[in-house]
Amino acid sequence: MSIFYFVAFLSIFFALMTIFAKNPVHSVLYLVITFFTFTIHYILLNAQFLAIVNFIVYMGAIMVLFLFVLMLLNLNKDTEPLKSNLVKVMGVIAGMCLLVTLAGSFRVLQATGVDIVENTEIGLVGNLGKVLFSEFLLPFEISSILLLTAMVGAVLLAKNDPKNA
Amino acid sequence: MESALLLEKTILVVAVFAITLFIAMYSTLVERKVAGFMQARFGPDRAGPFGLLQPLADGGKFFFKEEIIPAGAHKALFIAGPTIAMFTACISSAVIPWGQELTIGDRVITLQVADINVGVLYIFGVVALGVYGIMIGGWASNNKYALMGAVRAASQSISYEIGMGLSLIALLMVTGTLSLKEIVAQQEGFVNWNIWVQPLGFLIFIVCAFAECNRVPFDLAECETELIGGYNVEYSSMKLAFYMFAEYINMFVSSSLMAALYFGGYNFPFMYDLGLSQNWITIIGVLVFFAKILAFIFFFMWIRWTVPRFRYDQLMRLGWKILIPLAVANIVLTGIVTIVKDTYF
Repeated sequence: MSIFYFVAFLSIFFALMTIFAKNPVHSVLYLVITFFTFTIHYILLNAQFLAIVNFIVYMGAIMVLFLFVLMLLNLNKDTEPLKSNLVKVMGVIAGMCLLVTLAGSFRVLQATGVDIVENTEIGLVGNLGKVLFSEFLLPFEISSILLLTAMVGAVLLAKNDPKNA
Repeated sequence: MESALLLEKTILVVAVFAITLFIAMYSTLVERKVAGFMQARFGPDRAGPFGLLQPLADGGKFFFKEEIIPAGAHKALFIAGPTIAMFTACISSAVIPWGQELTIGDRVITLQVADINVGVLYIFGVVALGVYGIMIGGWASNNKYALMGAVRAASQSISYEIGMGLSLIALLMVTGTLSLKEIVAQQEGFVNWNIWVQPLGFLIFIVCAFAECNRVPFDLAECETELIGGYNVEYSSMKLAFYMFAEYINMFVSSSLMAALYFGGYNFPFMYDLGLSQNWITIIGVLVFFAKILAFIFFFMWIRWTVPRFRYDQLMRLGWKILIPLAVANIVLTGIVTIVKDTYF
């Protein structure tokens, strides 16, 4: 349990650092570390497959692309646009609303109690695969179609228009 | 019991680490010797007999060179770059099974540091992480050539990771497990090697491995004719050595991975027909495994002096338009063959 609290502290600490870092590249690197702490959380929950997939997909692929784009943009303090006070006030209000929603949902969840999963081996590859391809086959296939759609859309956007070429 | 296990694993980790560094160190010498052989010259032969002390001399020189951190560089990230590159190169060997069990007294010692049931994915994750070392170092140098090298390295690594992953999926369909220990154990003898059932997958895998290691013909990230030196252009002294060393360690690890996944790992022909005891089979198996690894390392060097470097658009076309469709076709083919085999034979 103490490991959990330590890792949770690290997650929140690095998440805050992501927001407070002045340099966008530092921000992304802190976000990478935040995702790494999530991987540790999954391992603590005995969800090995989810842990390693989070590691590969988020840390290894998506964040590399983030870093890639930020390095090319070469953002720094001088080029950062100054935000007007109106935007700042709106940001504070939106943040407060989110906090209220979170607190409310937390209270509801507290009332219903926590489900304790009896099968602690559920996160291992074999068991997860069996569940995904039997019980949750339809949602699984639908989400893969969603990803395919996103991919086709990205290719379409990136493709040169023959009229402009 | 617990402390004995801890001691055993510690010895194993230290041994694997030492062997990895030793092989990486001597790869630098062998590389130049092979280059000399291919070009009909001697290669380094001044330091010690046959130039055997050359890596030590190089190491000493790297330590005593002046260390320069450019004025415009991000100091912390500049140091973090080579550190991450070295670290990720070293941790990937944790799941490779070096041999079968050794029995000493009444203790059975498994020659593998960690047998996790997602072993293949672990290696994949660490490889994906490796690109951070190059990217962070290249960006922190605050030099446009270094940045271009870093960006090239990142896009190349992401593109070829997909091909590599897809070629591995076909292999996993055959083996039915993600644990490297079981994958190697299945390839007993000679006819069960995965290369016989997955030749196309192996071809895709080895091309992707060359790209992931930034080796010729895919070393666009350190292309000296276009980028002066690439992502490591601002580095000097031991930090530069770390980058180069990480590359050789990656080469060693990917060689051992290819030997383990496709060429039977520690298995050798007639291993159970010679009437040897288990310990001897294990010891010979480890030697056979290292012989296979060294053969692959030689292959890496052979290619370096045979094939010229690609152009960047050719590299991307090969990755996205040839290797990925081939890998997908390989998956479909493997699936069909598996179903036909299960139904009719």
